[in-house]
Amino acid sequence: MQRVINDFTIRVATVNGSGSQSSNLVLTNAIFSLGVPVAPKNVFPSNIEGLPTWFDVRVTARGYQCRTRDIDLLVGLNAATWRSDVASVKPGGAIVHEATYPIGGDTQRDDVTYYAVPFNELAKASFSDGTLRKYLLNMIYVGVLAELLGLDEATIEAAIAKQFKSKPKAVTTNMDAARVGFAYAREHLSKRDPFAIERMSGKTEGLLFMDGNRAAALGSVMGGCTVVAWYPITPSSSLCENFIALAEKYRVDKTTGEKNVAIVQAEDELAAIGMVLGAGWAGARAMTSTSGPGLSLMAEWAGYGYYAEIPAVIFDVQRAGPSTGLPTRTMQADIGFAYHLSHGDTKHIVLLPATVNDAYEMAMDAFDLADRFQTPVFVLSDLDLGMNSWITAPLAYPEKPFDRGKVLRADDLAKLDTWGRYRDIDGDGIAYRTLPGTNNPNAGYFTRGTGHDEQARYSELPDVWQRGLDRLNKKHETARTAVPKPAIDESGNAIALLAYGTTHHAIVEARDVLHADGIDVDYLRLKALPFAPEVASFIARHERVYVVEQNRDGQLYALLRAELPDHLVSRVRSIRHYNGVPIDAHAIIDPFLAAEREPAVVAE
Amino acid sequence: MTVNIIGLARDLYKGLPTTLCAGCGHNSITNHLIKALFDYGVEPHLLAKMSGIGCSSKTPAYFVDQAHGFNGVHGRMPSAATGAKLANRDLVVLGISGDGDTASIGLGQYAHMIRRNLDCVYLVENNGVYGLTKGQFSATADLGSTLKNGTVNEFAMIDVCGLAIELGATFVARSFSGDGKQLVPLLEAAIAHRGTAILDIISPCVTFNDHVGSTKSYAYVKEHELVANMPDYIRPREEITVDYEPGTVQTIELENGSHVLLRKIDAGYDATSRIGAMQAIHAARGNGEFLTGLLFVDPAVPDLCAKERMTATPLKDLGEADLRIGREEWSKLFT
Repeated sequence: MQRVINDFTIRVATVNGSGSQSSNLVLTNAIFSLGVPVAPKNVFPSNIEGLPTWFDVRVTARGYQCRTRDIDLLVGLNAATWRSDVASVKPGGAIVHEATYPIGGDTQRDDVTYYAVPFNELAKASFSDGTLRKYLLNMIYVGVLAELLGLDEATIEAAIAKQFKSKPKAVTTNMDAARVGFAYAREHLSKRDPFAIERMSGKTEGLLFMDGNRAAALGSVMGGCTVVAWYPITPSSSLCENFIALAEKYRVDKTTGEKNVAIVQAEDELAAIGMVLGAGWAGARAMTSTSGPGLSLMAEWAGYGYYAEIPAVIFDVQRAGPSTGLPTRTMQADIGFAYHLSHGDTKHIVLLPATVNDAYEMAMDAFDLADRFQTPVFVLSDLDLGMNSWITAPLAYPEKPFDRGKVLRADDLAKLDTWGRYRDIDGDGIAYRTLPGTNNPNAGYFTRGTGHDEQARYSELPDVWQRGLDRLNKKHETARTAVPKPAIDESGNAIALLAYGTTHHAIVEARDVLHADGIDVDYLRLKALPFAPEVASFIARHERVYVVEQNRDGQLYALLRAELPDHLVSRVRSIRHYNGVPIDAHAIIDPFLAAEREPAVVAE
Repeated sequence: MTVNIIGLARDLYKGLPTTLCAGCGHNSITNHLIKALFDYGVEPHLLAKMSGIGCSSKTPAYFVDQAHGFNGVHGRMPSAATGAKLANRDLVVLGISGDGDTASIGLGQYAHMIRRNLDCVYLVENNGVYGLTKGQFSATADLGSTLKNGTVNEFAMIDVCGLAIELGATFVARSFSGDGKQLVPLLEAAIAHRGTAILDIISPCVTFNDHVGSTKSYAYVKEHELVANMPDYIRPREEITVDYEPGTVQTIELENGSHVLLRKIDAGYDATSRIGAMQAIHAARGNGEFLTGLLFVDPAVPDLCAKERMTATPLKDLGEADLRIGREEWSKLFT
């Protein structure tokens, strides 16, 4: 049997609320501590207790961070999903399962290895405390797996110590449970599968795990955000919760207890965005974080912010929609809505983070862009980026000062005879603003969502209205060269892929697989809307460009076709993935190869 | 030229000419507001005039032209006012709303602003009708009142004062747009109050709600108004305690050291009693009457900025050095 080293995927199938999360993290960290890259994906239900949940740990020597559909090693601890879990294992795989689960019919496969472990019995025999038992059972499978995969007790112990750092008693109890697993596997299981983990180097040194929501919270702190207004919603809540924890540590004067921050849990998302706009208008850097349903509620204020020209930062950690949808699953289906959020002619700056580092950097960018362009800026993360752990380098300390944009202060006004809030002095579509509290008789103006002229006076005149919309459009055009530029990886191939956000990670693997088959494709990773000029020129250099995204309607594909010059429109194709779990390489490769076999047929 | 205590002329407190109907109660309120802001000596540049949508919400354009104004979206002014105050706690936040903007579309934000005790003056220019869309009922219209076209209101009214008291409001008053003698001191007391100051001002709509079937017409109100108490607001720097007889005057000390003096018409009325205020409001309503005056005040409750323990410096003025995590601390985050 050919050994498979550091390149396989473990799926742990459990019941939500059983406390398997820390066991899964211990397993993930233990493997990572040996220098082996891992990509953990938590596929969990919208439920506190009782529904099925899966945790995939992709062990990947090549460092792929995307999900894979190939499950090699199953830990079956949920009777309710036992049949389908067995079916999910790849031929040649192995299944560690609760010994009492039936094997027969569908669950009787001759192409996988079974390891029956009496988990419940072992837990019962080892732990007298009934409440702890259910939870510690999960640590037993960590021990079993570790023994089967060649991880030693010291490695697991170190990972447990890291997980429960401030609780020495928890470290002991959990390690005891893991040892039960180690011992059982040593005495009762003989290794019959090919999977093994071996220490390696060159891939993980200096790196760490972080989720995108924490990175965005760190970016908000370092970006100078002082006002946060939010309404809890999965999967965005942990972004503001991380911000709160950071603010409690770093924004409180140690001696006086006074805070350099204000955080309000609002009554709903309408109030959250209203507070953010009120704060932005008065000169603070303010943000809210939300997900699809909350974004829908923010629509009216978003248009107000666009038209009255007020800075705001809105994080949308996308989940599967429409409607309440799948609150704990991922999609990229808000991009079309976010770009045009609100009625009337409205279009926004939208940033598209793909990595933890992006989530951090783009959070800071968002505050600068919001101030520079005096407009709401949307950061479209998703559940996969926001809530899963990713391998990342330490985040770099920011060296740039804040860009507070065009603000006239009292001494600036003293040098001017007049000024107009909505007058385009510089020809870039961006006017100058004053903040309330500016001590100059000319500072005040009336901010309104109704029609207004360059002096912010109410106006219904046709030419004034049209002039205002045209200037806002000019501002949007200026933004094209100010937003983060696309990342282009190009070597003269005729065919290219174009993607954004977390789809990136599946693109990386898909390109490697295609390359191994002799097919090389170029790649543009879009980082923001409006489209930078580099996007059209990239498409112009290729015969066919496949836009890959995680929504049903090809939303970015549609935005692109609407803006591209006519002669380029037919070069763009669409690949879509929208089942709620993160996209994998085959969701790109299969439709790509199918379309390439019939290049004359435009994929739609 | 007459100037106020900060040396500014009254003209500086004026705004653009009104575009509301001639005789509108809202215009009277604007004039009383100009007097109150002038008398109090509010710095024009520190005033933030906030409003939502509706006839009432247009009025911030008609006073203190030098101040910044924010005419937001319908029913959501409290959230914008909250954000503005958090960004710059030096601002004197003055919210102007109407009965539709407050009690219908904006009821949620009204309630939560009160719960948080945001430091602001919140005026409800209450005419029980949607003027700007030409005369539909609002949620403050009295049960049984009729529209111009004869439609009878079948639904119970929302009493924004009673509701505010129930929600924990720290300053609740009611007055009438045509009663400057009562309204101006109430406005000044509201400005001095550190917390949400609710002022429900019955303001007849001369176009859509000043007919015989309305319970908010001039004639109806003049006939049925009850004056519970007469507050005279006095700034400490003036040290004027004028001619209030001991025994008929109640002094309430505000957090900023100033006082509101209350003259009780009804000797039993106690504006510091939440339950008493509720009873008085309900009793008056039971008689088809409006109880006016300072209905309830509790100056001891900390406002939102105080509860949040915010620094005295306006948050908008903080820079990189104040807000970023230090380099040494930063590197510890990644070990």
